[in-house]
Amino acid sequence: MSTDKLNRKIPDLASKPNSKSINDMGWDELILGAAVFSFENKINDTVVNIQPEDRSYAETNSMNKYVGDWRVLKPVWNVDLCIDCQNCWLFCPDTSVISRDKKMLGFDYDHCKGCGICADVCPTNPKSINMFTEHTKNEDALENWPEKKKKGE
Amino acid sequence: MNSKVMELNKVEVWDGNTANAQALRQAGVDVVAAYPITPSTGTVEGYAAFHANGYVDGEIVMVESEHAAMSGCIGAAAAGARTATATASQGLALMIEVLYQCSGMRLPVVLCLVNRALASPLNVNGDHSDLYLTRDAGWISIDSCNPQEAYDMTLCAFRIGEHKDVRLPVISNQDGFMTSHTAQNMQPLSDKVASEFVGECVAVNSLLDFSTPVTHGVQTEEDWHFEHKAKQHDALMRSPKVIQEVFDEFEKISGRKYNMVESYEMEDAEVVIVVLGTTYETAKLAIKRMRAEGIKAGVIMPRVVRPFPLDDIAQKLQNAKAIACMDRSAPGGTVGMLYNEISGALFNTPARPLLSNIIYGLGGRDTTVDVICDIYKELDAEAKAGKLNGSIQRFVGVRGPELKYFKVQG
Repeated sequence: MSTDKLNRKIPDLASKPNSKSINDMGWDELILGAAVFSFENKINDTVVNIQPEDRSYAETNSMNKYVGDWRVLKPVWNVDLCIDCQNCWLFCPDTSVISRDKKMLGFDYDHCKGCGICADVCPTNPKSINMFTEHTKNEDALENWPEKKKKGE
Repeated sequence: MNSKVMELNKVEVWDGNTANAQALRQAGVDVVAAYPITPSTGTVEGYAAFHANGYVDGEIVMVESEHAAMSGCIGAAAAGARTATATASQGLALMIEVLYQCSGMRLPVVLCLVNRALASPLNVNGDHSDLYLTRDAGWISIDSCNPQEAYDMTLCAFRIGEHKDVRLPVISNQDGFMTSHTAQNMQPLSDKVASEFVGECVAVNSLLDFSTPVTHGVQTEEDWHFEHKAKQHDALMRSPKVIQEVFDEFEKISGRKYNMVESYEMEDAEVVIVVLGTTYETAKLAIKRMRAEGIKAGVIMPRVVRPFPLDDIAQKLQNAKAIACMDRSAPGGTVGMLYNEISGALFNTPARPLLSNIIYGLGGRDTTVDVICDIYKELDAEAKAGKLNGSIQRFVGVRGPELKYFKVQG
């Protein structure tokens, strides 16, 4: 886990240990028909009450695949402006907005594709989420945050 | 087993489509997703009639194309249902993309394929163009010569494909019209016996098992694709053991014996044809006539086209002097599939028979006993001369100037 500016813990969702890695398997050990299980073990309906970072995702779950390099623009979150409305969390098509107890924690940059919907649906003025080019450092983005827009702008 | 039993006579008069429909009904298929096409329409129509009359507990999904039909089958099979469909020709051609998906996903769908020519020119009659189109699709492909065999093979197809050591889709082939629309005396099994033979459908990695969420039909690139295809090929190559076991068990309940390779009068045969489908039965009649004239004729039919029984066929052909591999499909610029397979089968064995390739019967062109007799006579002449009559490949039964290709010297 890493922490954000307010020392809130951001779960590391992209790595989970496995007893035997698919990388150590030959063709004879693979699952029939390339079927991919979501979890390492059987689950029951209480899984919805377990936070993603505490779920035993299988190694081959896409949670463990890095697809951040698909992105051209990345969202940057400004904690000072955010009202924790959860719009971005609700609309994100890749579940890449991390939120716990209705408090925004940040982005899962391993899976965010940079679509920009989060910035689009952000209701604050100025926006609490803006899109920057992938190579922009988050600190630099926050220093160059757009000004509050006037009516009709 | 379906809740409503159909009382059958000891001997029924069924065509090949009815035989398929009855086999599907007795197998207790959970989902049939289909888009009927000539000459396989009767299979789906018959099954739908059983469904409408309450004899089928499963579901029928009428879809918008053959591509959708096989896609529907894949979804149902991945959910753990026993699944089947039927098609022919153009329908098979439209379905072909999904055939590869199905075998790669290791889903034991059963496809009743009623063999018909491929356009163009459009043609509804029987040849093996569609069967040949499935060659590399990774399905087990089983052939039959008459309605009885079509019924038997469709029932066996479920047992074979769903076996835990196989888990592959299976095609039950029959010749369009020659089998599908020719009503013959049949000896069906009772619903109870057939149902017990096929057994319960065992779901593997079912989508509906909510305690083990699973994704089917995933993407693999250079990292894992090769290993998955290796695993799939290995299952196909090992399947003959299960296929023969199922055939043997079927013999116990039916008295009808099936083999990976069917042969007739091969013990001392010197001139041999290798064929598929109804031509095998025509050849049997021709052989009787040839033998009366002193020509030692024989015929071989690979009952199982995929996986191809290479070893078995090579062993059966060791004493033949002249062999004609008869392909009922235009090979598109090379020798036919059977010629390829047989020459490959024989190349690493001591046998060096004269080996020729005959293209015949395209688009349902009738192949009579006389036609087969003429072929045997020509083979006999070649065997006596010790060399092929000028070329490897020739067309038989086509109007116009002689068509011969791949010339051989001396």
